[in-house]
Amino acid sequence: MIQLTAHELRRLQETGQANAESIARAFLDAVRRHDGQVKAFLHLDEDEVLRQAKAIDAKRAAKQPLGPLAGIPVAIKDVLCVQGQPATCGSKILQNFRPPYDATVVAKLREADAVLFGSTNMDEFAMGSSTENSAYQTTRNPWNLDCVPGGSSGGSAAAVAACEVPLSLGTDTGGSVRQPASLCGIVGMKPTYGRVSRYGLIAYGSSLDQVGPFARDVGDVALLLESIAGHDPRDSTSGPRPSVAYSQTVDQPLKPLTIGVAKEYFAEGLDPEVEKAVRTAIDVYKSLGATIKDVTLPHSRFAVATYYLVATAEASSNLARYDGVHFGHRAADYRGLRDMHCKSRGEGFGTEVKRRIMLGAYALSSGYVDAYYLKALKVRRLIKNDFDQAFADCDVILGPTSPTPAFRVGEKSADPLAMYLSDIYTISANLAGIPGISVPCGFSSSGLPLGLQLLAAPYEEEKLLRVARMYEQATEWRRRRPPLVAKDA
Amino acid sequence: MAITPNEVRWIARELARLDLSDAEVEDLARDLTKIVGYVDQLQEAKTDGVEPLAHPLELSNVFRPDNPQPSLPVDQALANAPLRKGDFYAVPGVFE
Repeated sequence: MIQLTAHELRRLQETGQANAESIARAFLDAVRRHDGQVKAFLHLDEDEVLRQAKAIDAKRAAKQPLGPLAGIPVAIKDVLCVQGQPATCGSKILQNFRPPYDATVVAKLREADAVLFGSTNMDEFAMGSSTENSAYQTTRNPWNLDCVPGGSSGGSAAAVAACEVPLSLGTDTGGSVRQPASLCGIVGMKPTYGRVSRYGLIAYGSSLDQVGPFARDVGDVALLLESIAGHDPRDSTSGPRPSVAYSQTVDQPLKPLTIGVAKEYFAEGLDPEVEKAVRTAIDVYKSLGATIKDVTLPHSRFAVATYYLVATAEASSNLARYDGVHFGHRAADYRGLRDMHCKSRGEGFGTEVKRRIMLGAYALSSGYVDAYYLKALKVRRLIKNDFDQAFADCDVILGPTSPTPAFRVGEKSADPLAMYLSDIYTISANLAGIPGISVPCGFSSSGLPLGLQLLAAPYEEEKLLRVARMYEQATEWRRRRPPLVAKDA
Repeated sequence: MAITPNEVRWIARELARLDLSDAEVEDLARDLTKIVGYVDQLQEAKTDGVEPLAHPLELSNVFRPDNPQPSLPVDQALANAPLRKGDFYAVPGVFE
């Protein structure tokens, strides 16, 4: 049962072959079997999971109307607030924090009758590309336990890949949904900036952060996205557009279809096996009738530099709230307010978070703000203009999600710049605010999953999902399971 | 351009309010020098006459009707406070 999609689990409940409780128990068993090795979950309250599942079954028995995710377990990244449950952000500074309210996406999952299935590990404050920056544990890639799952939403991606849950939510500030989806062999999507509410999402880079769904196929991603999208009066940066029934159209192929291919996305440092898999995917689209067109994104070579100034500047400001006053860690001994701030923050934050706060504070400091922060914002406009021009000529842009398959635990942790470059193909989408999706497109010779990234113009999620689904339907990659799951069955 | 340990200490104390160990100061001076060296490539981008883009939506002044809504009860709002005094957050003296 644990290998089924959310759509299939819904049908099993409608036909009476399973109920929410039996589904919840099956996934709780899977967590018990595998999470000791995978370490995807930070908090999972079994009683609370079963209480929700039984309530859904009672609603069904009473013939009450049920939401589109009825009885489907959904794990959420530990950066989203669930009332009364821990939300640590992978940080010691929020070790004892329990939010007094639900994030809007969490409230929407409840309205859709989903079963909230615990919270997942992440790089501290979503800063990282491997989930090694968590203050609590290092999540492993279910395909090879010596490798990272990607990050920062590595727990949410690994949990879905290991069939510990059918659906999960992550957040994507520079690729933190798409890159771990690629490294774990599942589907992950970053919606258009403003498509999904950020209310109750603990902020990292406010002009970049976006909540996104993970699933084992594109149809399930469409179902989860439609349940969480839409305007939220509590988030003034959510776009003024209602959600769209993506799952109703996802099976319709897009015809005619023009796919843009940018030479900048096949740059130095791209692993040859990744390149071959992505080029083969282009051939699949050709065989489906797509027109392939060269497009150019000349400023994409500046994307990583731009991102690490914009994101860290926003982070240095956002993380000023951890001051030992309102919530979070306060040092035991201090002399005066300033000392209390410095000690509490020095003790509570990990290395990468300190590094980014420092870089952001430097980029915003008097004397450097024009050369760094403002310069980066100007280049950000040029990056967005590149996409506007490219999408005048094509429906989607296709390329690799990550330049390499999953790397080994510890391989890049001593070199922050090498780690930053693993986001080279994903971060432009956050700077420009456009939607992107990663879909499995093959395996390396060592058996690690490879991912294909598709990007579209703002609010073109419907088109993006249909194009992704065309590829998925023409290939069989989504049916493979990591060894630890296959051994189970 | 190298970022010195003294600059790191100044940023940490005056701007970021972070207590750092000597080892952390040394590591950050080395890492930040390397990262700033990398981001310096932005100076190659021609940006004359380009407006900065701070936000992808470019919204300004989003208004809604000013209708009072129920707010969190004091006990819930203060439940996460590290130190509480009555109905207030307790902090050390501001003036040293």
